[in-house]
Amino acid sequence: MVERVRVKALTPPGHVRAPWYLRGKEGVIERPLGHFANPEQLAYGLKADTKPLYRVRFRMAEIWGEGAENPDDTLDAEIYGHWLEKVDTHAP
Amino acid sequence: MPHDHHDHFHHEGMSPSGHPYRADNDTPLTYWQRMEIAVRELLVEKGHLTPAEIAAQIEAMDARSPANGAAVVARAWTDPAFKARLLENASEASREMGFDIGPLNLIAVENTADTHNLIVCTLCSCYPRNLLGLPPDWYKTRAYRSRAVREPRTVLREFGLELPDHVTVRVHDSTADMRYVVLPARPEGTEGMDEAQLAALVTRDSMIGTGLPHRP
Repeated sequence: MVERVRVKALTPPGHVRAPWYLRGKEGVIERPLGHFANPEQLAYGLKADTKPLYRVRFRMAEIWGEGAENPDDTLDAEIYGHWLEKVDTHAP
Repeated sequence: MPHDHHDHFHHEGMSPSGHPYRADNDTPLTYWQRMEIAVRELLVEKGHLTPAEIAAQIEAMDARSPANGAAVVARAWTDPAFKARLLENASEASREMGFDIGPLNLIAVENTADTHNLIVCTLCSCYPRNLLGLPPDWYKTRAYRSRAVREPRTVLREFGLELPDHVTVRVHDSTADMRYVVLPARPEGTEGMDEAQLAALVTRDSMIGTGLPHRP
């Protein structure tokens, strides 16, 4: 079962590791990676919660639109769970 | 007459091999250089580390080289069970071969007849250093980091790698805790070769995805 997700289009201040060019973009979970310390807290020397981390696969066409070199090439990135929202493919 | 300039072709300010001399680093320390020295001296003063331990760690990192990764790739080419373990958990497979990779979380991605993988870190310079050693300078440049995700095929062409349209390019952006190594496809014409001979064909760039292994 393919799980479609969207990277939240947020712009919080401070250190985050969700790349700007993927915010608001939809992809599929390639594999879950387990739980890792949240870099948004680690970066400031704070006690860090662990967050689930996923490899998300995006089509180049989704990221770059018409400008993609080859629409079916893919980009995989690691995105923390709190940056992802489920895409409901059966929305009315 | 060692200092007689008449029969030499030295250019002013050039070394005998024709390269400019490297300027002395007489500029003031940057903020982070000062910080590194301060933290290092504090750690030594408070007895947490010795200068010899720091030097040994630098030596251990400098001793890591793409040859380590090449040995892993060659093993995967010759041992299907090892290859399966490598693709399942590349950290454990590397440790199984005796490489001290510390806490590295490694994922191996396999090139096949219809897939080519390319590794980049757009946010900084994440690289599987504990297996392959330090990354090449170009890997850390803004040009490579921004272009590898935007126009990977053009970048690969500049590295001398022209991929046919039926090959899917998969770019891997190391944005968090994982590091990546490409398992290149075994070149044709290598049937009779042993592991050590095969390892000699595996280049650093073929494990980043900007190149292919040498052909025999």
